This record gives sequence, C-alpha cells and structure tokens, in this order.
Amino acid sequence: MADALLTIENLHKRFGDVEVIKGVSLQVPKGDVACIIGPSGSGKSTLIRCVNALVPFEQGSVKVLGIEVNDPKLDKLKLRRHVGMVFQQYNLFPHRTALQNVMMAPMQVLKRPRAEVEAEAHALLKKVRLENKAHAYPGELSGGQQQRVAIARSLAMRPDLMLFDEVTAALDPETVGEVLITIRQLAEEGMTCVLVTHEMNFAREVANEVYFTDRGVIVEHAPPAQFFGNPQDERTKTFLSQVL
Amino acid sequence: MNALAPIADWFRHLNATTGINFTVFYDPFDATRFVHGLWVTIELSVVTIIASVLVGVIGAWGQGVKSAWVRGVTWSYVELFRNTPPLVQIYFFFFGLSAVLPHTHNGFGMAQPLIGGFAWASISLALYAGSFNVEIFRSGIEAIPHSMLEAAEALGYTRRQTYLNVILPLGLRICLPALTNNLVNLIKTTTLAYAIAVPELLYVSNQIWSDAENVPEMMILLFIIYIILVGILVALMHWWERSLRRPGLGT
Repeated sequence: MADALLTIENLHKRFGDVEVIKGVSLQVPKGDVACIIGPSGSGKSTLIRCVNALVPFEQGSVKVLGIEVNDPKLDKLKLRRHVGMVFQQYNLFPHRTALQNVMMAPMQVLKRPRAEVEAEAHALLKKVRLENKAHAYPGELSGGQQQRVAIARSLAMRPDLMLFDEVTAALDPETVGEVLITIRQLAEEGMTCVLVTHEMNFAREVANEVYFTDRGVIVEHAPPAQFFGNPQDERTKTFLSQVL
Repeated sequence: MNALAPIADWFRHLNATTGINFTVFYDPFDATRFVHGLWVTIELSVVTIIASVLVGVIGAWGQGVKSAWVRGVTWSYVELFRNTPPLVQIYFFFFGLSAVLPHTHNGFGMAQPLIGGFAWASISLALYAGSFNVEIFRSGIEAIPHSMLEAAEALGYTRRQTYLNVILPLGLRICLPALTNNLVNLIKTTTLAYAIAVPELLYVSNQIWSDAENVPEMMILLFIIYIILVGILVALMHWWERSLRRPGLGT
C-alpha cells in the first residue's frame, strides 16, 4: 500500500509514566474507511489525536499525504488543512450561528472571500440536511443537529482525511442514525475516514478495515466480514461477545 | 441661562426661607465650578475605564504566554496593585515617582512636573482597576472548556486567532458581571484623585462648601450624582450583556 493516505508506524505515546500507545502501526488508503474499536482507555482517542498533532508523541511516525507529523518543524496549519476532526461533544462555537460556525475557519484561517465561503457553507448545511437551521445557534439545536453542523464545519476546510472521535457517543439513541447517515454518505463519496466508534453495526456496514485495540496495541485487524464473522484473538472474541 | 432662571429663583427662595443652601443651582460661580468638577469626574471615569479594560486584556494574555519572564512581570504587577491601597498608589505616583522624573519650568519660572495630577490619577487608577480586570478576564478564560480550544486548534487556528475569535468573545460573556462590579468600583474610586488636588467632583464640592458652609447640601448632591453616574454605567453594561446573549450560552 504505497499510496496510503495515512500511514502510522510504530507509534508510542506516554502520559507521564503511563504508556497509553505501545507501538501502533496502520495504513489507510485513499477513499477507505477505517474503524477503530476497543474498550475504554485503550488509547483510541489519543491515537487519532496524534494524527492531527493535537497530542504530541514521543516515538514513531505518522504521515498524512506524505507530511510527517512527528517533525519539530511541522507546519501545523498545512497538516490541519488536510485533516478534519469531529469530536464527541461537537464543540461548536456557541456564540456563532450554525452558518457562521461553518464559515469561520475558511474565512479566518484560509482567508477565502466571504461570498464564496457563504455559498459553500449553505451547500454544506444542505448536504447535512440542516439548511433550514443556518441561522440557529448551537444552543437551539439538538445533539444530532449540532454534530451534523460540526461535520459541515470540518468539511468546509476541504479536508482529505476526516477523523471522527466517538461522534455518536454523547447522542440520544434516536439521533445517532441521522449522524451515521451523514458519515456513510461521506464515505460513499470517497472521503477517507478514520472513526473511533462503538457502533458495531455501522463499522460492519461501512468500514473497509476494522481495528481492535486494547491496552495500547492493535490486537487484531481485518475487513469487517472476517473481523466480525471469524475473530481470531481471544480478547477480540471476548470484547465482541460483550458488545454485540 | 434664562430657561434655568425659575430654578435658580426657587433655590434662592429655598435658601432665604429655610436656610437650605444649594448654591450650585443659583450662584453662577459655584455652578461653573461644580459643572467643571462633574466633567473632570466623567473624563477621569471614561479614560480609566477604557485604559483598565485594555490593561486587563493585555494582562490576561500575559498570564498565558510561554515566556516565564512575561508571566512573572504580569504576576508581580497584579499582586502589587491588587493588594495595596489605591490611595497609597496615587501618592506613590504623584509624590514619589513624579519627584524623580525630570521637570520643566512654567511661565513664572517655577518647576512644573512633566505629568500633571489628572494624568497621574488616570495612570494610577487604570493600573489599580486593571489589576482586578486581569484576574476577572483570567477567570473568564479559564471557564472556557478546553475542548472548545481543541476544536479551534483542529480547524487550523493559530493561538492569536483562537484568542481573538473564540477565547475573547466567550470569556467576555462569562466575566461581564464581574467586570461591571469592578468598573462601578472604579467610578467611585475616582474620588481619590481629590487627594492630589485633581479638581474632580469631590474636590470642587469641598471648595464650594468651604465658601458657602453648606456641607450637608453638597453631600446630598454628591450622593445623587454618583448614583446617577453609576446607574448610567450599569445600564450600559446590562445593555451590552443583553446584546451578547446567545441561546443556550450562560444565563
């Protein structure tokens, strides 16, 4: 897989004395969807935070489109233009409307002209089926709606890779579906996605590769049919029997 | 002046019949002095409010920078000005610091300090109230969830862009009530400029009651005027607070 969009090699990360990631390697080709599953505290969220340099790491290599993240001279803005991220708690800016949230970064970070950005923001809100909520503040939206605005906000930076950090974990069960539909739509359009998720059915249907992490290592990874149909490792079997 | 003549007549009559003597309403000399004093108080308040808010914003920034030297200077400034009496600070600037600064000579050949009483009072009061504003803004900034800053960072914002577009607007909303309190205090504290002979409201009132021997009347007038001045500030701050209010954000 020489043309992998994201390559992680032998990544190590420690918080003080605790090593939370102990040598993780994975590759995500362009257009693929990788799902990372595993018990709480297995380092999943930390792992994807290493990818866009939100969390520094000590050892190993992370390359996005050939950009080495573990480089002291890393141009973080250049990296983050390529990598969008959506968080568990949405993290919309509460003093700005849905439309303004989508427009802020392209205008303020990329310095693109307002008219062009505004047209694109409306199109993105339409894509996540929230064009009628353009002028609502985050406080007036449901969790699922806020999360879809957050996805639109990330997409406005025109990323090549989207990171999703347990984006449905804080949602009411009835709104999980509307967010997953949006992500599935992105995946079908060919967006490269890395998801940390507890939605096993979603992983089964959308992922190209499923990774199971436990205590800082990747225990097992396989395409979903094989992963869910015929897991090899005892820890994977135990975990799947608990969550499925 | 003609339109005010009935008012002047009424207060003159009040004095003649009851001895309650509001000279500022009928005596042109006292009226001029008093209005001038009111104007100086308003000027002093506006200048120090703006300057102290700027000091607060810069100080709150200074507390968060990487340079230990800048953080140390900011911390020392806040501790010094927050924990010492404002009157002592004014004396320090006007009598202490001014004495060692170079002097010029005025038209009569007498030594004249480069910085006058009004300017020293402004500097001193702005630094005094500013030290509280630093702490007020810091508490507002610290109340912003870290995840909000992480979101800005992930979108490619630099530290400066995050400060201007996320931290400042959110932090301001959180700390506006505390800021209002401090600025109300600042308006009241401008009366300390009296001590270095800045002709503000209390100073001119003292001049007037020394001449007219109407201390109780002038005191009542002072109370009423400060209530009005502070009332105007509070109304403006509440209007600002309301205009910044967003659904689901704060109260």
